[in-house]
Amino acid sequence: MKKVIGLIAFLAIIYLLLLAADPGARLAANHFNLGRRIGLYGIISLGAGMLIITGGIDLSIGSVVGLCATLLAMLLRGDRFPRFPFKGWLFDQFNAGLDWLGSLVNFPEHPWAAILLVLLVGMGIGLMNGVLVTKVRVQAFVVTLCGLFIYRGISRFMAEDQVKGLGNQFGQLKSIFYSSEAIFGLPMSLVYFVGLLVLATVFLHWSIHGRYFFAIGANEKAARYSGVATDRYKILAYVLCSTLASFYGVLYLMQENSAQPSSTGNFLELYAIAGAVLGGCSLRGGEGSVGGLVIGTSILVLLPNLSLMLGIPSALEYTVIGGALLLGAVLDEVLRRVGQRSR
Amino acid sequence: MSPSLLSARGISKSFPGVQALQDVSLQLNRGEVLAVVGENGAGKSTLMKILGGVYRPDAGIIEWEGRPVAIGQVDQAQKLGIVLIHQELNLAENLDVAGNMFLGREPTWGGPLGLIRPRLARDAEPILRRLGFDASPRTRVAELSIGQQQLVEIARALSLRSRVIIMDEPTSSLTQRETDRLYDVIRDLKRDGISVLYISHRLKEVETIADRVVVLRDGRNAGELRREEISHEAMVRLMVGRELRQFYRRSRHEATARPVLQLRHVHWQEGKPPISLELRGGEIVGLAGLIGAGRTELAETVFGIRRRVSGEILLDGHAVVVRHPIDAIEAGIYLVPEDRRSQGLVLEQTIRFNLSLASLKDLQRLHLVATRREVALAEQQRRDLNIRCPSIRQTVALLSGGNQQKVVLGKWLSRKPRVLILDEPTRGVDVGAKSEIYALMDQLAQEGVAILMISSDLEEILGMSDRVVVMHEGRLAGELGRGQLSEEAVMRLATGAAA
Repeated sequence: MKKVIGLIAFLAIIYLLLLAADPGARLAANHFNLGRRIGLYGIISLGAGMLIITGGIDLSIGSVVGLCATLLAMLLRGDRFPRFPFKGWLFDQFNAGLDWLGSLVNFPEHPWAAILLVLLVGMGIGLMNGVLVTKVRVQAFVVTLCGLFIYRGISRFMAEDQVKGLGNQFGQLKSIFYSSEAIFGLPMSLVYFVGLLVLATVFLHWSIHGRYFFAIGANEKAARYSGVATDRYKILAYVLCSTLASFYGVLYLMQENSAQPSSTGNFLELYAIAGAVLGGCSLRGGEGSVGGLVIGTSILVLLPNLSLMLGIPSALEYTVIGGALLLGAVLDEVLRRVGQRSR
Repeated sequence: MSPSLLSARGISKSFPGVQALQDVSLQLNRGEVLAVVGENGAGKSTLMKILGGVYRPDAGIIEWEGRPVAIGQVDQAQKLGIVLIHQELNLAENLDVAGNMFLGREPTWGGPLGLIRPRLARDAEPILRRLGFDASPRTRVAELSIGQQQLVEIARALSLRSRVIIMDEPTSSLTQRETDRLYDVIRDLKRDGISVLYISHRLKEVETIADRVVVLRDGRNAGELRREEISHEAMVRLMVGRELRQFYRRSRHEATARPVLQLRHVHWQEGKPPISLELRGGEIVGLAGLIGAGRTELAETVFGIRRRVSGEILLDGHAVVVRHPIDAIEAGIYLVPEDRRSQGLVLEQTIRFNLSLASLKDLQRLHLVATRREVALAEQQRRDLNIRCPSIRQTVALLSGGNQQKVVLGKWLSRKPRVLILDEPTRGVDVGAKSEIYALMDQLAQEGVAILMISSDLEEILGMSDRVVVMHEGRLAGELGRGQLSEEAVMRLATGAAA
């Protein structure tokens, strides 16, 4: 609790400094932009945070985002998918499967079906990660690190390393995900984020399932001995994380109008984890809150802005974020120890 | 009269929400074995950690040979000659014996790279021989038994030229033979003028080894016993502040004729014979055996932690499929596991969180936690089990062992058990809580619950069981009815001596 108050204070200081340093920052347009980015990062931090609370980790988030954004762009454009350049029964079947899928739905005419398919792909990746971690018992770090490589490779292969843009099409669809005159003038990504926040708060902090998440993260064995279906809940956490990543991919494409298979989503997993950790999640598991995640994400978004305005070159952006995270971790540990000493 | 070697006067120490020590005093003389006993949470470990330099006291004076000293750090204590050997041994398992003894003080040729290996072993040799340590100083610690590792810790203390060695529950994982060996070592140390502060739950050991006993109760001095005054009853009286008239409580009543739980040829590992066992309602069956005899494995198989290879589990005559603890819990078979800190409790969470964890499915409304019912359940268990805590929002990690164990029990008691398996239910539990747990078991048996109690404490087995089943090397070695019960009979079966 004290941690959250400290984080709120830190966030408030950054925000006020930002306003004081630059009159331009006070404009509504800047706020809109900040809100948009908080919404975007928040969505994946939420997924990563819930997973971290169960004691898991996902390094493949960025590549899943890249894969899903690229896949969606190609489906909407009606692009033909490349064939596997191998011969043999298995690959023929796979290629035939792709053709069948393409003939099943005319995705450019039914964009929602494409979005649904992309979300299902995200879900499937999460399911696979979860099963590999719980049933096959490969370390989560390894499973998802491999995912980071694999999905990036697939998106580049699939798009033949070409940028996939949507052009002027799908204006209506885009406006649902990105519109400057949306609800109360709020950026749509923030609106989605707030909606997800409400759901996540209910799930994580009020429902029995959230209780299980915390129990598994803090002591998986004790949770199992208490009759919690630990494997199932861990898989659920991976599914939630990857599905949110694929949702981010959808939002990203709709806002940016194009997907770059080799770079879209790069480093996002690290932003997501950084946001969760800044917001009070412990990588040991069992610790964290939705409120903390929001604050952590906001700090992550505001901090580079502030450093730019203070004249720190933008090339140092990563350094500023890393420094803040390290400082936070050190302070947390030192304060904890001082707290114990004074007992 | 010369001043005592080490004396502490008026020591106080508090942690958030707990006054761990209040105005505690203690004197230790040269070559003396002083036992410090008390219930869990009485402040023994805190006091030892203050003397060993791990904690700083809030108030009080520590004197070494009559001169006041400040012991704020472990190395200051070591410089004086005080070494604390923790209950959980602190050895680097990948290093050899000599390397551990001289860790951080290795003789070198002058540079950090110039470690002189042969000299390390040569320096270690005489100290180890003095302790009757029979393995080479070049053995890796990971290959040693717990008892041998304990000797390495003592050897380390001796190599520091210690004059006071503090041993916190040194025998908790030792076999009887290793324990006897430790006694010999302690007697030798005494002869050389080294003092030992000995902390133990096992009052029998204290009777054997201590020259003097200091009893703590609720963080204060409760009394002191000279050699000739030391007895089990006297210590218990001081520890709990009252006479425990009937420690083991069993009321006479008949078990139901029909078995509640039947294990038919239950088998969980290749190469070991299957196990068949029956539990009737209202009886407490003791499951005795040496460590490694397969008792915990049997319990875990019944509870669905371990995969059952073959055989049947029947509840009230009907086969139940147990693949996961969820199945066992649904059937009303509950396990209080051996290691409550790693298996029984989510330590960082509150009492309420832990008490409701196994019952959340019944405490939900539309998947949300019904907070009011949850609090009511937790408060009721707290009252029924007499869990001593400021509030159910207290973190479980801050409770004493006895109260932690009550929380583990409470998790199941709100669910109406049919079969309750207790694995070492009173390990690391203080005397007061112990007798409360015994009373509870008796009450549950009267209500018709079938109880299987795994225990390494023979007194407990004999005191509480209606009948005793003994395991030896993965198989059932025999069964003893109430009339046949004796320590010797159980041990004969447990060691495989009886055919």
